Amino acid sequence: MESITLHVFRGAHGVGSLTDYEVPVTPGMVVLDAIHYIQAHTDGTLACRWNCKAAKCGSCSAEINGVPGLLCKTRVDLFPEGDIAVGPMRTFPHVRDLVTDVSWNYRVNARIPPLRPDPARGGAPFDLQQEDVERVQEFRKCIECFLCQDVCHVLREHQRTDAFFGPRQMCRIAGLEMHPMDTLDRRQQLHNEAGVAYCNITKCCTEVCPEHIHITDNAIIPMKERVVDSYFDPVAGILRKIGVLQRQPRQKAAGDAAPATTIHSPPKSAD
Amino acid sequence: MEPCEAFDYDILVVGAGGAGLRAVIAAREAGCRVGVVCKSLLGKAHTVMAEGGVAAALGNMVSSDGELEPDGWETHFVDTMKGGAFLNNWRMVEIFAHEAIDRVFELEQYGAVFDRTPEGRIAQRPFGGHKYRRLNHVGDRTGLELIRTVQDKAVGAGMDVHMEVTLVRLLTAGGVVVGALGYHRETGRFVTFRAKAVVLATGGWGRMFRFTSNSWEGTGDGVTLAYEAGAELIDMEMMQFHPTGMIWPPGMRGILVTEGVRGEGGILRNSRGERFMFKPEYMPELYRGQFAESEQEAAGWLDDKKRFRRPPELLPRDVVSRAIYREVKAGNGCEHGGVFLDVSQRGAEYIKAKLPSMYDQFHALGDVDITVEPMEVYPTVHYTMGGIRVDPETAAATVPGLFAAGEVAGGLHGANRLGGNSLSDILVFGRRAGDGAAAWAAGKSLAELDPAQIADGQEQMLKPLGKSGGESPYALHAELQETMQQNAMIAREEAGLKIALDKVRELQKRAEGLAAPGGREYNPGWHATRDLVSMLTVSEIIVLCALERKESRGAQWRIDFPERDDAGWGTKNLVVHRRDGQPAVVESPLPAMPEHLKALFQEH
Repeated sequence: MESITLHVFRGAHGVGSLTDYEVPVTPGMVVLDAIHYIQAHTDGTLACRWNCKAAKCGSCSAEINGVPGLLCKTRVDLFPEGDIAVGPMRTFPHVRDLVTDVSWNYRVNARIPPLRPDPARGGAPFDLQQEDVERVQEFRKCIECFLCQDVCHVLREHQRTDAFFGPRQMCRIAGLEMHPMDTLDRRQQLHNEAGVAYCNITKCCTEVCPEHIHITDNAIIPMKERVVDSYFDPVAGILRKIGVLQRQPRQKAAGDAAPATTIHSPPKSAD
Repeated sequence: MEPCEAFDYDILVVGAGGAGLRAVIAAREAGCRVGVVCKSLLGKAHTVMAEGGVAAALGNMVSSDGELEPDGWETHFVDTMKGGAFLNNWRMVEIFAHEAIDRVFELEQYGAVFDRTPEGRIAQRPFGGHKYRRLNHVGDRTGLELIRTVQDKAVGAGMDVHMEVTLVRLLTAGGVVVGALGYHRETGRFVTFRAKAVVLATGGWGRMFRFTSNSWEGTGDGVTLAYEAGAELIDMEMMQFHPTGMIWPPGMRGILVTEGVRGEGGILRNSRGERFMFKPEYMPELYRGQFAESEQEAAGWLDDKKRFRRPPELLPRDVVSRAIYREVKAGNGCEHGGVFLDVSQRGAEYIKAKLPSMYDQFHALGDVDITVEPMEVYPTVHYTMGGIRVDPETAAATVPGLFAAGEVAGGLHGANRLGGNSLSDILVFGRRAGDGAAAWAAGKSLAELDPAQIADGQEQMLKPLGKSGGESPYALHAELQETMQQNAMIAREEAGLKIALDKVRELQKRAEGLAAPGGREYNPGWHATRDLVSMLTVSEIIVLCALERKESRGAQWRIDFPERDDAGWGTKNLVVHRRDGQPAVVESPLPAMPEHLKALFQEH
């Protein structure tokens, strides 16, 4: 194929339509190359986020023929018929063209307490085996593209950003919860404000993850189990009620304090 | 003057890569209120691109004789000075080599999860120019680990984050930096910041070249802001060409192939199948005798670092880049104009474990399976050794109230940076800049901003907006890239540099008439007009310095002055400052290294 037709969503604040652009194809071309071609040759006002162009920064998230993906990692020759529709992520408030307001993700992230290593075990350097760290390393591969947040039913269809932190933040918490040196008890935050129970394990997040993190199986399900063990064990509940089992004194629970960091958004104004 | 949002902070940090965020942590620990401005979203800075590791002489690795490698800050100091061809500021290197070790341990305390040795220590890998295994790493995504770690730590420490804000100018009062003017990319509206001190941690610049590993952000805004505010810049001719950028397919041109590939045994070959790094003409005198002299010896080194010398593929970046350039120039290049880099002999399992994102990158984007076939590579503009001249102790620029750390600052890396030293640089000097800014801010009060400066900055920014009929910033940018690529890249000579200088000045004039159709909301064409101003300013300075330094040293390779001139040019840095609105280049003698540090070169 010598050229492709890109149907790009143009518009602002959710109002707009697809506009067609003819783009000549070069070997190995990705959709982001095509967007750059349009900006340089056809319309310099086409808004699109990007940074590294190497699938390492997670800036150029969008929906390509309805499928959430990174524009820099999606080859145009995946679509031999040459028709490619490119739109913004639908879960987040629309700004302009392919750009959405993802600041909510950063605000939620600021509510997750960072690692708290045990002072009794001494400071770094730590003595850890590769097997100890590999489990956590998987979650730390996350590039914060927010495609998992975009595809999550709880956030996308039900718009429950008030109740569920979303798969990305489940990964973040899992990376802390399963860190060999962390001492914070994160179950209460998972159970309450982070809303781990809202996930109904459809694994859509895992499917779109460009880093191939097993978000559902390795992060969310083990954490659901921990929360269930702690809050919903019927036998333990009865034993606690009759006084046989005492509620374990909790270490300091995570997540109740107001976040220390403020993520500012520009004041909205008509153009 | 258009009314705009206004914020007050003790310290304003510009740039939220590793250096900026490490400065935030330091400033917060000193009790300051901190605002952070980033041109992109938080956590998307160039730090994420660093793959190989963070260099610090922990000395964790065990040799074949069962002993720990005798690494220490002294050897790291010596390696860094040698790698920088002795143009480095010795005091910066001394601080750096010392403090990198604690900064890495501190990262682990913050939550970074490094790969481990069998003994449970942080694992270290070999890299070009480092005598011992010194790069603390997490597979080939060390930069991501580093930025996420300091990001989480800074978020926990507390800061005000302003994402997708581009600064237009620094604001001064009586010659002191007291704030900044910027605009929101999302709305196109202006915002001002008042601060007792400003830390620039804006990274480097490479977008003026056609082959570059830099993102769209690498336009030199920070160094331009500092220069326009009156700060001195140092070593601006020293642009690092990373020897191995992707050359094929065209869309991927310039994207980095980590030096970790060579650290893990990657072999460079030309189209004749020759392992050309063994050619004696590519071995600099300084390193002769320290590298393997046969393929067998180089292969032996993979498993026994003690008995065998390292392969010549691990010479410093400037050396390997020049060798690749010469091979291609001599007609020994591959079909697409590069050379071959092959790591397939290490086996699929090893490659996927040690170089997972390289495997992915080539598989998904280049249709190349690096576990069975070679990659095609060519040097790509990667890093800027030069930058804002700073005080080694406090990271203060030469303009009061201004501090700089990381790639935007100059002095540490001299004429060439060793791989892995950038990540430790941003930690060591990011922290020092945060501390330095906090010390400067203590007891000071916020100054009044000058409405005339704000109005002028706004007017400059708005000039191209909504205009039609003028030149497109994209077209001008392409012309600039072509000129710099042809005349000011890896091989330089007077005639070419003069062509580049004339062209850059012509483009500066034409940029006065740039037009950006459309409105103020998230308009990339308009944003590009501002980026172009920075790129043109920096390009002129790079070319002027490259013309001035009439020798070959580190990244500066003058084919008309091929020798290294230790007695002459080797004794001085080039320093640039703004005089009557034009860049003035002056020579500045290197500070004298004390005897006890000179002695280290005999011992290490």
